[in-house]
Amino acid sequence: MSTQTEKSPVIGKKSSPRSEAFKTFMKRLLKNKAAVIGGLVILFIILVGIIGPFLSKTDPNAQDILNKLQPPSKDHWFGTDNFGRDIFTRIVFGTKLTLKVGFLSVLIGGVVGIVLGIVSGYYGGIIDTLIMRVMDVLLAFPGILLALAIVSVLGGSLTNVIIAVGIFSVPAFARIVRGSTLQVKKLEYIDAVRALGASDGRIIFKHILPNIMSPIIVQATMRIATAILTASGLAFLGLGAQPPEPEWGAMLSDGRAYMHNASHMVMFPGMMIVIVVLAFNIFGDGLRDALDPKMKQ
Amino acid sequence: MNEMENILVVNNLQTTFKTDAGDIRAVDGVSFTVPKGKTIGIVGESGSGKSITSLTILRLLASNGRVNGGEVLFKGKDLLKLPEKAMREIRGNQISMIFQEPMTSLNPVYTVGQQIGETIQIHKKVGKKEAIQQSIEMLKLVGIPSPEKRVKQYPHELSGGMRQRVMIAMALACDPEILIADEPTTALDVTIQAQILELIKDLQNRLGMSVIMITHDLGVVAETCDYVAVMYAGQVVEYSDVRSLFKNPKHPYTLGLLNSLPRHDIEQEKLIPIKGMVPSPHEMPVGCRFAPRCPVATELCHNKMPQLLNTNDSNAEQIRCWMFSDEWDGDSEVTLYGEKRTIKG
Repeated sequence: MSTQTEKSPVIGKKSSPRSEAFKTFMKRLLKNKAAVIGGLVILFIILVGIIGPFLSKTDPNAQDILNKLQPPSKDHWFGTDNFGRDIFTRIVFGTKLTLKVGFLSVLIGGVVGIVLGIVSGYYGGIIDTLIMRVMDVLLAFPGILLALAIVSVLGGSLTNVIIAVGIFSVPAFARIVRGSTLQVKKLEYIDAVRALGASDGRIIFKHILPNIMSPIIVQATMRIATAILTASGLAFLGLGAQPPEPEWGAMLSDGRAYMHNASHMVMFPGMMIVIVVLAFNIFGDGLRDALDPKMKQ
Repeated sequence: MNEMENILVVNNLQTTFKTDAGDIRAVDGVSFTVPKGKTIGIVGESGSGKSITSLTILRLLASNGRVNGGEVLFKGKDLLKLPEKAMREIRGNQISMIFQEPMTSLNPVYTVGQQIGETIQIHKKVGKKEAIQQSIEMLKLVGIPSPEKRVKQYPHELSGGMRQRVMIAMALACDPEILIADEPTTALDVTIQAQILELIKDLQNRLGMSVIMITHDLGVVAETCDYVAVMYAGQVVEYSDVRSLFKNPKHPYTLGLLNSLPRHDIEQEKLIPIKGMVPSPHEMPVGCRFAPRCPVATELCHNKMPQLLNTNDSNAEQIRCWMFSDEWDGDSEVTLYGEKRTIKG
């Protein structure tokens, strides 16, 4: 009974409907245990990335050749690598790099993809064909190959990896945004504001964009996982972050030669990549289910 | 009728849509005038082109729609020739429009106040606070109780009737001279319908605007309109003042429409539907478009398209039917829906 009275809108009630919608969203999200765990892991990783480097007393690049390839111990939780550097410290410092790549590249890909997708969907016709065919070309490449090609043109550095992964995220955003725009622009309130004299820019950014945010948020979360994976892959191939930067993919690559007698060198960075990517994916799934129950399959 | 009094003159309007199956002439030579401060009704079945006519006037056609000819003179200016920017300044400011579905005509992510305020801010140089203040005034005008609270609410918190009131408030926020109402009551409960029509009428009297009422409901026409244009298959078939349309309908289609409606003012044994269907836009008859369904159609009707004729000396009454021309080749007395008629000439 009490839930029913809660639902019916009462004039002058304190909480705004927006916060009410947020409440139902949170309720749905919190019901999904996996998503909650994923979210907590992401939160923890972000915290580690931000404050970890300040807490660490060791330099991630400090070499200690005498103690190289040490297995995990009390002094070196994750062991040491072939130069005697503390792997735990390096992973903590690497967290920041990983998150930076993930968030920045998705930001680049997202902004460009959203603008292209919304313009494509809204105007249609030749503009749409042109933009979407270019996106199709980009999509035709297997993800990592495209990023690989871009990095080999731009040169290997973390910034270029961010740009490359950003470009490779553009088509995914453009597609999903175009689809949602096509749906929303047909709705009557778009006709209504146009009939009241709104310009295209106002319709696109004030009326369409806020109404297609849910799929964008979900897509962004999922793309962060892909971006991290791609960036690590590039680093593993030696095209991403350059030594001695403590990038997880690069650490994995360094450890490859010692895999048989010092497996901890590959195990820990590898594990971290898996955990972070998995966390973002599971959390993204949960977000999708909570934001848009209709999309659930 | 004095030309100066006509705020909007639509002349021989033609709109086509490109489709995969070929071009569709959705509006084909539609003409009518809107006198200042009056209400003109555009009636017709779905697909008769009435909504497309209104969208063409405001130049809001979908991208596959094109205006092939005609003119829309608003205070002497041809709207079809204006640049898009000038057109935007007219929309919502001088000519406004409200739509059929109040449930989906408001953006779900903004409050009522933000949406009414937006119209004001598009056309007038006012701040956000001032715009919200004016929104409250508008809500008061359209008869929404406790507007100070409603202004902060979202569309989903309002009922259909309330939302249609909000839509009207949005459309009238800049004090337009013409309001185009596209089936404003079709989606509402009957009791609410009467309220909304009453509101539109009342506001029209207070603000002195003209209204173009697009509807398929002859009841709405009888209640609100001064003049009526009856549309069939993209053409106006009869235009007259509302009183003579109901009292003395001339076009067989109008007669058929009236006969398919229950009326309280005349004895009817049973309702007589119009036989057949509206012709497909891809296969329009060469002659009169109503001929295939018309009980009195002759050879002439099937082979030659009638023009819109003045039935008396003024152009206040126009009809598109061969029966009213000198060329009529049928009997001089016909029976239309059980009613005997003598044809002139």
